[in-house]
Amino acid sequence: MDPLILSRIQFGANISFHILFPAITIALGWVLLFFKLRYNATGDSAWMRAYFTWVKVFALSFAMGVVSGVTMSFQFGTNWPGYMETVGNIAGPLLAYEILTAFFLEAAFLGIMLFGFRRVSNRIHTLATVLVAGGTTLSAFWIIALNSWMQTPVGFEMRNGVAHATDWWAIVFNPSMPYRLVHMLIASGLTVSFLIAGLSALRYLYGDRSESMWKALRTGVFTAAILIPIQIFAGDQHGLNTLEHQPQKIAAMEANWNTGPNVPLVLFALPDEAARENKFEVAIPDGASLILRHSASGVVPGLNDYAGNHPPVFPVFWAFRIMVGTGVLMLVVSWSAAFFLKRRHSLPKPLALVMVPLALSGWLATLAGWYTTEIGRQPWLVAGVLRTVDAVGPVAGSQVALSLAVYLILYALLLTAYLGVLVYLALKAAKDGDTSPLPGVLDAPLSQPAAK
Amino acid sequence: MTLDWPTLLPLIFAGLMGLAILIYVILDGFDLGIGILFAAAEDAEQDTMIAAIGPFWDANETWLVLAVGLLLVAFPLAHGTILTALYIPVFLLLVGLILRGVAFDFRAKVPAGRKHRWNRIFFLGSVIASLAQGYMLGIYVLGLDVGLGGMAFGALVALCLAAAYAAMGAAWVIYKTDGELQKKAVLWLRRALVLTALGMVAVSLATPLASPRIFDKWFVWPAMLYLSPLPILSAVLFAWLWRQTFQLPKTDDRHALTPFLTLAAIFTLGFAGLAWSFYPFVVPDRLTIWQAASAPESLAIILAGTVVVLPIIIFYSFYAYRVFGGKATDLTYD
Repeated sequence: MDPLILSRIQFGANISFHILFPAITIALGWVLLFFKLRYNATGDSAWMRAYFTWVKVFALSFAMGVVSGVTMSFQFGTNWPGYMETVGNIAGPLLAYEILTAFFLEAAFLGIMLFGFRRVSNRIHTLATVLVAGGTTLSAFWIIALNSWMQTPVGFEMRNGVAHATDWWAIVFNPSMPYRLVHMLIASGLTVSFLIAGLSALRYLYGDRSESMWKALRTGVFTAAILIPIQIFAGDQHGLNTLEHQPQKIAAMEANWNTGPNVPLVLFALPDEAARENKFEVAIPDGASLILRHSASGVVPGLNDYAGNHPPVFPVFWAFRIMVGTGVLMLVVSWSAAFFLKRRHSLPKPLALVMVPLALSGWLATLAGWYTTEIGRQPWLVAGVLRTVDAVGPVAGSQVALSLAVYLILYALLLTAYLGVLVYLALKAAKDGDTSPLPGVLDAPLSQPAAK
Repeated sequence: MTLDWPTLLPLIFAGLMGLAILIYVILDGFDLGIGILFAAAEDAEQDTMIAAIGPFWDANETWLVLAVGLLLVAFPLAHGTILTALYIPVFLLLVGLILRGVAFDFRAKVPAGRKHRWNRIFFLGSVIASLAQGYMLGIYVLGLDVGLGGMAFGALVALCLAAAYAAMGAAWVIYKTDGELQKKAVLWLRRALVLTALGMVAVSLATPLASPRIFDKWFVWPAMLYLSPLPILSAVLFAWLWRQTFQLPKTDDRHALTPFLTLAAIFTLGFAGLAWSFYPFVVPDRLTIWQAASAPESLAIILAGTVVVLPIIIFYSFYAYRVFGGKATDLTYD
């Protein structure tokens, strides 16, 4: 068995599994802070009840993210030693700063955030929430900086086949970094808002009309409705940035085989790389030229300019379409739900039924987006610097096959258990409603002296 | 040896990496150990034991990420060589850490009937992770020898390191609990100490015997004289700790933290011995820290951040331990 393809599948599986959980924790930290601040401001215990429900999801997601992240940090060495040997001088400091500034911060204050509510003052507990949320975001900042540098490397020079940093500012804020960071942070926001909206809709369908359910539902729906148009705009800007710096990725995303003007927007096709053409193509004339060049006669790069140096077309083309399609669905559903909640103060049952499976729509879109950009970087591991094939280590294929098989089984089981617990927690919260005791929470409205 | 930055930086980073590994072994040692001791504890005791480590385990494991991160960023050549040679044990370590890390959370959130299953997974993950670490230590000590003899020795060290972690776990339980569980933990500690001592002796003897270079570093006059406090002090501490296990728990819970601190000191001495043996190599007898190091300009920028951030990390880690100080009580979110 070929260790290269096995190592790639293993890393792909590992990072796909990993990103599911940071996609939740990055934004959920800030949502928890929002719940906490609302409680601090209003004294309404329903906010704290929402906090305690969702902090459990945070704890579980965080643990899943940590253990899968540790696995990733080891895989650089076990499977891809060529990576650190070639670009270690760049990747090393970025990873080191992620560990030093973000991981420890999150890990140390997570304990206080989760279990410290009755051990520290309310102010310190709020501060711990801020620090954990800030830590997850900072972590995203560093890792996105590294990933973007691998896509659009600048600020370095090659000496004896090894990259040496010349300008750290340029390395961190490389051309694609701001776009990718914004796109990912909003993606996390959408993942969480749809997760909260979806699980709250599940509670709603089970007859839960408690104040904490409404508060979580509204937070999820309104955040999603606000974020989705921003995300569509940010994604478009990210695409234009990719067009400028990685045109071959755009050519693959659009399945455009020949450079030229009046390129159609392909809605559906089965790209055939051997024949260099699209089968069963359904397209809007001039569409791609209009979107990418804002003119029907705009020239769009084609794959013919990058023979032997472009990514596989089929997966990039389809991953991109799945992401965009999911985004459109998110727009329709979140705006409809926002309309009913705002104008009618209710949620129609059919809409709630649709929202439940869409709890995972953020995951789907995030994964599809990452597949687009990561497969779209192939055959390079670091664009123009290091080919994926040159980074793989000397480990026997049979060993990689063994570890890959065990990881896949483990991930499938853990994912099942995780989703099971999410549903269980939601149904338990639906059953408890507003009745379960909250020993550490002072309910200000209820503790006011009754009017006589 | 001239003291310029290209010479000093790899040295500093070797020191930092050693420190991170040592802190990791001591801190995650006690929570892995508690996972191992799960097999011997009752249901209610298991909850208390989890409460004794719940707020800390994640930060403890971050030291492993820092250690492997420093190896990765400061000594990229060594990182590749060591981790590809140890592919399967590293893989097992990761599976163990994944299982125990999530079991921690799942056991508290699943319906009551499923808790047992996750308790078992927590135990299993802790055992696998500890054994894998010990095995890796054994193989590393023999110069990454993966022959049959190396594997047998690795298995012995694996067993002993797991026992050493169990001892750490027991010492932590003595500190964080009282009553029956504390008494039980004293017995656990005594049993685990036997294997811990055996392991330390085995590693101490095997290291010089496996490498003539290391042998010459220890058994020459006058180095032997300067180094003699390491084994002597370790032996004295062991003997003293052994006696402690017949006296604990004391009235008013005095000296409850002593076993843990003593074990930490023993670990530190053992670690210092290993460091002396292998210096200046990061891959035994193959790559020195200077041959494996990253470019000085990259090390410098990491060092600048480390100097600022590490004291802050240590400060807030102490704070977090203080918030959850005292005897362990039930962990609740509200």
